[in-house]
Amino acid sequence: MIEFERAGKTYPDGTVAVGEFSLRIPSHTTTVLLGSSGCGKTTLLRMVNRMVDPTSGRVLIDGEDVAQEAPVALRRRIGYVMQNSGLLPHRRVIDNIATVPRLTGMPRGAAHERARELMRTVGLDSGLARRYPGQLSGGQQQRVGVARALASDPNILLMDEPFGAVDPLVRMELQRELRRLQTQLRKTILFVTHDIDEALALGDQIVVLQPGGQIAQAGTPEEIVAAPANDFVARFLGLDAGRRSLRARPQPGGGWLVSDAGGRPLGVLPDDPAREGPG
Amino acid sequence: MNHLSAAVDWLLDAQTWTGPGQLGARATEHLGYTAVAVLIAAVIALPAGLAIGHTGRGRAAAVLSSGAVRALPTLGLLTLAALAAGVGLVAPLIALVVLAVPSILAGAYAGVESVDRATVDAARAQGMNAWQVLWRVEVPLGLPIVIGGLRLAVLQVTATATLAAYVGAGGLGRPLFLGLRTYDYPMMLGASLVVILLAILLDACFEVVQRLLSYAPGLARTGRLREAR
Repeated sequence: MIEFERAGKTYPDGTVAVGEFSLRIPSHTTTVLLGSSGCGKTTLLRMVNRMVDPTSGRVLIDGEDVAQEAPVALRRRIGYVMQNSGLLPHRRVIDNIATVPRLTGMPRGAAHERARELMRTVGLDSGLARRYPGQLSGGQQQRVGVARALASDPNILLMDEPFGAVDPLVRMELQRELRRLQTQLRKTILFVTHDIDEALALGDQIVVLQPGGQIAQAGTPEEIVAAPANDFVARFLGLDAGRRSLRARPQPGGGWLVSDAGGRPLGVLPDDPAREGPG
Repeated sequence: MNHLSAAVDWLLDAQTWTGPGQLGARATEHLGYTAVAVLIAAVIALPAGLAIGHTGRGRAAAVLSSGAVRALPTLGLLTLAALAAGVGLVAPLIALVVLAVPSILAGAYAGVESVDRATVDAARAQGMNAWQVLWRVEVPLGLPIVIGGLRLAVLQVTATATLAAYVGAGGLGRPLFLGLRTYDYPMMLGASLVVILLAILLDACFEVVQRLLSYAPGLARTGRLREAR
């Protein structure tokens, strides 16, 4: 479990990145920090592995203040995935994945064995092991980034807009893969994004942030879509623009055509006796 | 032109090269001075430059002071050092080290600074300590530029090491100054040709090293190599 206790970050020049932030992140769940750029979400994420130290308040992991732990040791037991993968360009894929096990003294052979296993876990072809990051596609690089973060089998996974730089199709596929992985691995994931659809797709808990790290609303995806706490959340989700007020019209051949309030078609809903028809 | 052909004749004469105090020994001395001067300069400048690049601290001071040092005329510095240290090898070595330090220093910090900050940030976030970030990420990725600094220093020192003879030491400056004083222009010209040749040869060695490095994936590219393709 990760807890933020009135955590805040003010930079020496007076900029307030995060005012005062309190949140409890239950173990084995995915919590998404959702907000536009400059709302302090990355700062909050980086407080967990001490890439940023809060200037007020505390961050606790399983009841222990992270400030008590040496940053290097702390970071090695927390997985971190970032945008543009952050892989070492001069190291082969397999060595990139084996980074943390090697840092913690695992022999090379065992670390590589572990890395190969992780390549399978994240759906990477083992033929890519000897390649360099520059020879991979963006989506493959992000998979390597995820594998690297999982290498030391951490309980916590920090993901900072990990799928932000890949094209929409690959992004959706990576999201699907992450969901599959999560049912299997059950990590405590803290995920940062500005993409509402991504937040809805991945989060067990979504925290909508306003500038300064203020919580506009925290809740399950259902709660947030069904009952946005205020105009800010509604606007952020696109609820006010009618993007999420869906209409369904019966189709001549059976089934329903679903469109948004503006009449743009979004998809079809098959006739399913097991499910209630849309009102 | 006849000076030049006489110089070439002088260089092609076996007598010119053999024996103590002849050109072969002088060239070896010259290379030795260059090696020692660059080595001492590297021992001083590499750690300092890497530290500046890694921490980002002291950069302004380094730029300012190496600019000032570069403006020092080497001949004047040599004379000053010779007044203090006397005739011999110490004074020219001091002057040559001072000449080499700014290039190596600049190469070292520029090399480290050239590494993508996101890569360094990711390395830290994985749990590398400062030392590991420096040696496993910043130095290997910035290596082509660090070597570029060494290359420049070697070139400068090779060309300038002729001044060692000015204060009584050896090297290829000996026949050069001797030729100047005795109006033996073929000897003077021949000696400078050897200096030029040495400089080109050493530079070519570095070119080979940098070219080999350019095939290593992910490393910083030096602008020159890019354009050469």
